[in-house]
Amino acid sequence: MTAPTLDPETSRRAARRADSIEPALKVEGLWKIFGAKADRIIGTPDEHLSRKELQSRTGCLAAVKDVSFEVAQGEVFVVMGLSGSGKSTLVRLLTRLIEPTAGTVRIDGEDVTQAGKAQLRALRRNHMAMVFQQFGLLPHRKVIDNVAYGLEVRGEPKAKRLARAQEMVDLVGLSGYEGSFPDQLSGGMQQRVGLARALAVDPQVLLFDEPFSALDPLIRRDMQNEVCRLHEEVGKTMVFITHDLQEALRLGDRILIMRDGEIVQIGTPAEVVANPADDYVRDFVSDVPRSHVLTLRYVVRPAHDGESLDGPVMQANQIVRDAARQVLASSLPVRVYDDDRFLGVVDDEDILRVVVAEEGA
Amino acid sequence: MSATAVRERPTGPAARPPATTRASRPRISVRRHWRPFLLGAVVVLWLVLWAVLKGTQTLELGGAEKTDFHLWLNSVRDSFDAARSNSAVFEYVVQPLTDGLNGLVAFLQSLFSQPSALRPVPQVGWLGVVVLLAWLAFALAGVRSMLLVGACVLLFGFFGYWQQSIDTLVVTFVAVGLCAILGPPLGIWMARSRRVSAIISPVLDLMQTLPSFAYLAPLALVFGIGPAAAIVTTIIYSLPPLVRITEHGIRNVSPTTLEAVTSMGGTAWQTLTKVQLPMARRTIVVGINQCTMAALSMATIAALINGPGLGQPVLQSLQSLDVGSAFVSGLAIVLMAIMLDRTTTAASERSGIEARVARGTSAGGFRGPRARRVGVIAGAVIAAVAIYLSHNYLALAKFPASPDLGGPLGKAVSAATNWTVGTFSGFTGWLKDTITTLLVNPLESLLAQSPWWVMALVLLGIALALGGRRAAVAAAACEAVILGTGLWNESMKTLATTLVATLLVVVAAVVVGVWMGRSRLADAIIRPVLDAFQTIPSFVYLVPALALFGPTRFTAIVAALAYGVPIATKLVADGIRGVSPTTVEAAESMGTTGWQMVSKVQVPMSRAAVVLAANQGLLYVLSMVVVGGLVGGGGLGYLVVSGFSQGQLFGKGLAAGIAITALGIMLDRITQHAAARLGRA
Ligand SMILES: Nc1ncnc2c1ncn2[C@@H]1O[C@H](COP(=O)(O)OP(=O)(O)OP(=O)(O)O)[C@@H](O)[C@H]1O
Ligand SMILES: [Mg+2]
Repeated sequence: MTAPTLDPETSRRAARRADSIEPALKVEGLWKIFGAKADRIIGTPDEHLSRKELQSRTGCLAAVKDVSFEVAQGEVFVVMGLSGSGKSTLVRLLTRLIEPTAGTVRIDGEDVTQAGKAQLRALRRNHMAMVFQQFGLLPHRKVIDNVAYGLEVRGEPKAKRLARAQEMVDLVGLSGYEGSFPDQLSGGMQQRVGLARALAVDPQVLLFDEPFSALDPLIRRDMQNEVCRLHEEVGKTMVFITHDLQEALRLGDRILIMRDGEIVQIGTPAEVVANPADDYVRDFVSDVPRSHVLTLRYVVRPAHDGESLDGPVMQANQIVRDAARQVLASSLPVRVYDDDRFLGVVDDEDILRVVVAEEGA
Repeated sequence: MSATAVRERPTGPAARPPATTRASRPRISVRRHWRPFLLGAVVVLWLVLWAVLKGTQTLELGGAEKTDFHLWLNSVRDSFDAARSNSAVFEYVVQPLTDGLNGLVAFLQSLFSQPSALRPVPQVGWLGVVVLLAWLAFALAGVRSMLLVGACVLLFGFFGYWQQSIDTLVVTFVAVGLCAILGPPLGIWMARSRRVSAIISPVLDLMQTLPSFAYLAPLALVFGIGPAAAIVTTIIYSLPPLVRITEHGIRNVSPTTLEAVTSMGGTAWQTLTKVQLPMARRTIVVGINQCTMAALSMATIAALINGPGLGQPVLQSLQSLDVGSAFVSGLAIVLMAIMLDRTTTAASERSGIEARVARGTSAGGFRGPRARRVGVIAGAVIAAVAIYLSHNYLALAKFPASPDLGGPLGKAVSAATNWTVGTFSGFTGWLKDTITTLLVNPLESLLAQSPWWVMALVLLGIALALGGRRAAVAAAACEAVILGTGLWNESMKTLATTLVATLLVVVAAVVVGVWMGRSRLADAIIRPVLDAFQTIPSFVYLVPALALFGPTRFTAIVAALAYGVPIATKLVADGIRGVSPTTVEAAESMGTTGWQMVSKVQVPMSRAAVVLAANQGLLYVLSMVVVGGLVGGGGLGYLVVSGFSQGQLFGKGLAAGIAITALGIMLDRITQHAAARLGRA
């Protein structure tokens, strides 16, 4: 099993945001097997079978297989994989919309998997909220009442919940539409309602299951920007499911790549692009413009003997594309630092190698 | 709105995936070749035995003859009557229920329709009733329904059937009200639990398959003749569609929405009341529509067990062959059906989400919710004033005797009927005689003159050939029951009439249905007519049939035809339409002619739909053929009817009801299994 590795950049940021080391979300050994007698498989040698073999031998389908990871406070954690890789199942296991076959899920230290009925309801009402691919709005309620629904079920007084809902409607840019019904809105606007509804309950963790897949590309971009903006404004921890690599790279602090229910790799966008764990991931990332993702950390090299060390200083977490102009403009190699630790140098040729390789691909 | 869902049932076996396909495929194909041979052999053997043994061992029973079983049923009734005073079940369950229902109806009648000991007129006079009903229609459905209801209710009075009409409305409302209390919770429960659904579904199936005639007698036995029994029968008949439709509506709430709501931590109760019920509201109101139409139909038939209302005059004039009066009272029933149907349909459209969305956003204006609310309140005030006035002024309490539309209309219809019958008697007589001598008589002779054991084996063989082993088992059980009732011969006569009528229904349904399936225009024109036919309560069909053909077996067949054709035609049309357009296109590209398309592609590909149409047609026809006992149809129906009127024939009538039920279940099982088999093939 791939151990969950924390990239230095993220872990530092996580540490900055939360003084405690408690992760927002901690998943250990999570399994979901569909089929009769699914619980008899774990712990037997059968559990090591591939998904296909298991299915032909027992008729059971391992949708999520022994998955473990942690999400730090305030982090945007993206899960991606091809269709059928178990992403939707995974995200539903986190709130037990699907019952796990084995494993634990902790949100802010509270064990979701052990929670009783009432406790689970309380967790769902207060600690997490989910945004769905098909929106799942209530067609018979106005926008404002849709947004207020989560507050309504947890029993907040009407005036208070409507005020809060109005705030959220404004936050997602739907002011003026609070009296409309969902069917009168475009897909993008409907998903903004879904977003506002999730934000209204002020959850610790926001879960997204391919929220923008049903939208056309331009709107999707808009919505991605919206999520970035909201993340900056409200700073929520997010678990974001997608099958779109561009989306994953744009949004994710870290990316978990799944195949057939198993984790293939966890890492920052740059790590995944620079060091794909296997051919599956390599295939995935082959079309990515590397200069848009890689940071100087992945280009830096030790200085040659006699190379000048008087060039300008840059930080290692700079994206190559952003650093390119400055590096090319400087006649001397740029010195790269991780905070105040010297890592090495980058010159014109190193930059061009990234950019040219991309064009050759 | 159509009354389609009243009897259409999901075809359980057809929907089930073939579990053992791989293992049994080769055997099935061998068997499939077997079936036509079996069928042919059975028919040949039958004809031979019939020719040789005709008229022996037919188990014929004279009109006044009774078997031990019938006498035993009589004694059961007597001991029932005796038990009424000294049994706990009667004392604490049946009697309070009966008294409660009778009391409720009597109370509503004294309020709206009947004089009481203290007052020569009801508490609320005609003006009050008209305005109250119009206001209800406005509040539930809208302005157009209000006008329709007002006009219809006034017409009931002008026809001379004021009191009976309001009685019918009372019975219908009480039955629908109780259904509305029982049905939705049951439907919700079924939607939430597969197990409950699996247990209750067959019961609903049975309630819908039983010809309503069959349970009139036992219920009258338990609840006594009168309003209570009428209401219970009406509920049994009209509850199933409401329960089914509610279950369907709740189940069909989008799973994504439900998941989203669950993820926010709503309780089951919150989810039900805030999400599922509001989203299924339209469907549930459609269920109320179906329930109301069924209730009206049954409330009129309940006249047979002395249920109050419009069924009484229809029944009396049918029995005295007074076509004019039968027509006028029948017309009142049809008007009431149209009025109730339009109003509940409009109400269901209003409760649709689209309509609510449209209303919710156009806040102001003449049609906005505020204007409406003001209108409803103003209407309530007007209704209260009208009720007060009609309570205090005799002229507004007793419906005026003039203008009398009913009398002249009845006379005109009688005259027109006499003229028509006189003028076309050649044609109608010819039609009647032709079909009777060519179809009914030979078939009846074949079925009723064969020795009983020959018939029993023939039916078994046919069940096996058409429906398979399970159908044969059901057929055997039903045959045993029919034998036990001692009415084998009468049952075979009824079966013959039923089969002839069903044959005609299927022929008509295939011809018209294929036409509708192939032409959008034909569909657009014919479908509303069929829908309208389906809203007419079954009782009424007897009136024109009686006018044209007099009291004979053939009259029952004609009425059954009119009753069964609409549903069967729609099923065939939907089947034809359901044939994949790609297949049709492919056949067209190979140069298929129109006739070839119908005969080689569309009809063969929709055989399952045709068999299903035959199934539904059969059940409709059977229930109508039985009602036809009233107008000379003979057979089991006649026995049921005389069981109500003559005390010593009670047992025989009840036995006839049991035989009808067994016949219906047998025919239903055979055709259901046949449809399922064809659907799979
Ligand atoms: N209720 C279920 N019963 C049986 N198998 C299921 C069930 N739900 C999902 N699966 C199977 O589990 C596997 C993972 O499904 P999942 O929906 O999690 O995939 P996904 O990664 O979200 O795919 P997509 O991108 O298409 O949404 C699939 O093979 C699916 O067929
Ligand atoms: Mg998915």
